[in-house]
Amino acid sequence: MIPELGYGAAIVALGLALWGALAAALGARTGRPALVLSAQHAALGVFALVTACLALLMYAFLTFDFSVRYVATNTNLGTPFYYRITGVWGALEGSIILWTWMLALYTLIVILRHRESARELYPWVLTVMLGVLAFFLLVITVAAPPFARLHPVPADGHGLNPLLEDTGMITHPVALYLGFTGLTVPFAFAMAALITGRVGDAWLTMTRRWTIVAWYFLSLGLLIGGWWSYHVLGWGGYWAWDPVENAAFMPWLTATAFLHSVMIQERRRMLKLWNLALVIMTFGLTLFGTFLTRSGVIASVHAFTQGTIGAFFLGFLALVLLTALGLLAWRWDALGAQGALDSVVSRESAFLLNNVMLVAAAFTVFFGTVFPLLSEALRGVKVSVGAPFFNQVNVPLFLGLIFLMGVGPLIAWRRASVDNLRRNFLGPVLTGVAAAAFFFALGVHSALAVLTLALTVFVAATIALDFARATRVRARMGEPLLPAMGGLLRRHNRRYGGFVVHLGVLIIAVGVTGSQAWSVQTETTLGRGESTELAGYRVRFEDLAASEESNHFKVAGAFTVSDGRVLGVLRPAKKFYPQEQSPIAYVDYRLGLREDIYLVLGDFARDGSRATVKLQVNRLVSWIWIGGLVLTAGAGLAILPETKRTA
Amino acid sequence: MRAKFVVGGAVIAVALTYMIYAGVTQSAVYFVTPAELRASAVAGKAYRLGGMVLPGSLRWEPRTLDLHFTLGDGTATVPVHHKGTPPDLFGEGRGAVVEGTWSADGYFRASLILAKHSEEYKAPHGTSQTGYKELIRTLKGEGR
Repeated sequence: MIPELGYGAAIVALGLALWGALAAALGARTGRPALVLSAQHAALGVFALVTACLALLMYAFLTFDFSVRYVATNTNLGTPFYYRITGVWGALEGSIILWTWMLALYTLIVILRHRESARELYPWVLTVMLGVLAFFLLVITVAAPPFARLHPVPADGHGLNPLLEDTGMITHPVALYLGFTGLTVPFAFAMAALITGRVGDAWLTMTRRWTIVAWYFLSLGLLIGGWWSYHVLGWGGYWAWDPVENAAFMPWLTATAFLHSVMIQERRRMLKLWNLALVIMTFGLTLFGTFLTRSGVIASVHAFTQGTIGAFFLGFLALVLLTALGLLAWRWDALGAQGALDSVVSRESAFLLNNVMLVAAAFTVFFGTVFPLLSEALRGVKVSVGAPFFNQVNVPLFLGLIFLMGVGPLIAWRRASVDNLRRNFLGPVLTGVAAAAFFFALGVHSALAVLTLALTVFVAATIALDFARATRVRARMGEPLLPAMGGLLRRHNRRYGGFVVHLGVLIIAVGVTGSQAWSVQTETTLGRGESTELAGYRVRFEDLAASEESNHFKVAGAFTVSDGRVLGVLRPAKKFYPQEQSPIAYVDYRLGLREDIYLVLGDFARDGSRATVKLQVNRLVSWIWIGGLVLTAGAGLAILPETKRTA
Repeated sequence: MRAKFVVGGAVIAVALTYMIYAGVTQSAVYFVTPAELRASAVAGKAYRLGGMVLPGSLRWEPRTLDLHFTLGDGTATVPVHHKGTPPDLFGEGRGAVVEGTWSADGYFRASLILAKHSEEYKAPHGTSQTGYKELIRTLKGEGR
């Protein structure tokens, strides 16, 4: 009964979404507010019904309703409570429901916030949001029905993919999907702007914060994904250029580009076409990413699911892109720039270059990800390009972006004078050069590492310089130092939020550099009581112990780690899930600011006499997580409503 | 003014195209089956070799970390050598993809093993559980 209710709710929601999209459009065309109001009610109905769908599916999970195929596939009687809830979005069908629910939630918030403020745009925004919702509801009812029954009903389910039994997997999809779905809002406003011909700044101003919100969640999702990869997958890395990661990274890159180019349009009335194109591209990439990862076109350790929905997403993507391009062509004449570039050495050019590089990086990632598909389709040979390709092409781009991160915020608009350059950049450049010499003297001889660290210091110096100057101005007006700093962050939260984000990126860059350049590892087999040494650490194999957990068996080794004095005992393990053919490694680690000790149990003798371990000393990886926190804090600061000057 | 930006854009486009081209030519890895590898193996060239780990071919020496096995596709077989622990999803009778180079000595030197993950639904069965219970008993009996 419950599954039928869920299925019914989805069908009614689909009908409502279609009606709402149509009604809002008609209302806008005919100028009848009653129709727009009806669309608004339809959107509320969709939200209520999708909430019911999600709740019903959750209920099916909590009550072990194995007559539902999706429940039987993704949970079993041993699955702990938390993972029965998160199991809801552990695979394709439930993910789509969660996605749809978030989209309906965003639609609701758009209604609450913009129904008065965005008069002309609003009905069309509603049409687009409801149209996208209708597509996802179509996927739920036709292509990937989460409530499909299973005959005969099994006594127990298969169980969640054990790799997903991790707190990171509770939050990672939620954050990522909030990012993805959030990007629908700027897209809807962009479409509305094109349809109404109001391609000026109104849609930009209204969606700016929406984009930052989506960007915040997308960044958070990517970071949690990296953390999950690092502490669950047991290969010691946080980013593999896997198609699934790339799928989330591409829209992040174009959304980042958009967040920067917005400022050019606000300030100089340029790049209207470019901004619209970026928003369309970003939204298209979220759909493309879903197509890529959920259709099974690319075999990947992450791509857990396969199905017929590939065609759905590809078809919808084509529809979206064709419509958007058609609208752009239709409004072509209105999209010309009112301002013009005055000089190559100006803030405009720095931002423009930043955009070019971000989009180039997105293109590179796109190219590398679809390359195997292209080569198979065009030449009949399967060729793949791995991490070396992505690193080789992206590292120069990212270094360039870091450099621009220092230049962009301080260089003058229009035309930077020699004096402006000297005033803002002489100090930071000298600091950067001194840093390069310092790191070289310290024994860093990799050119790439020295360059990255020097650039990082240069950018940090520009941020410090700007912040110090602004604080001094306020302090001179009689404010005490600390409140002056706080007031600065709060009053100009967008500018300084941006600086904090940049600072986070710098810290991440240091972490990536360190982990790539200086991490070391060894793999060895130890008898009981034997030890191995790496980078000043000694790891001794003490013992092997087995235990029975709620839904799996666990064999854990005990390894004493010391660097002269005993630091502690690490217990990496292998987990045996009855439903899986193979064991799953469980990593143990000791995190540190300078380095992590990271231990993976590879193989062991059944009598416990010997264990094969992979020992890694990973340098500066913690900086990535710290940088991630700083970055998201900065984005959070930028989201806050801007306060008007009161004092 | 406009000309400067056009030139700048062209320079960037050319540089990017070159980087992508160089990146692809340097890091492209061809995916081959054992039969295809046998037909046209070039020593020292990087391949991604996919096949089934033939039953009875797996030899694992924990002390030296030597892993030997044979990948087959029904028509041809290729001996593979890898230095390191077999990954979790790896095993006889299962699919595996290995990345590495063809050695002139007549075997494939794998630097990376990507075991294949199968995701089809299967009912839980009791036999493997008893296997694990026995494992635990052995460990508890002799490991303490």
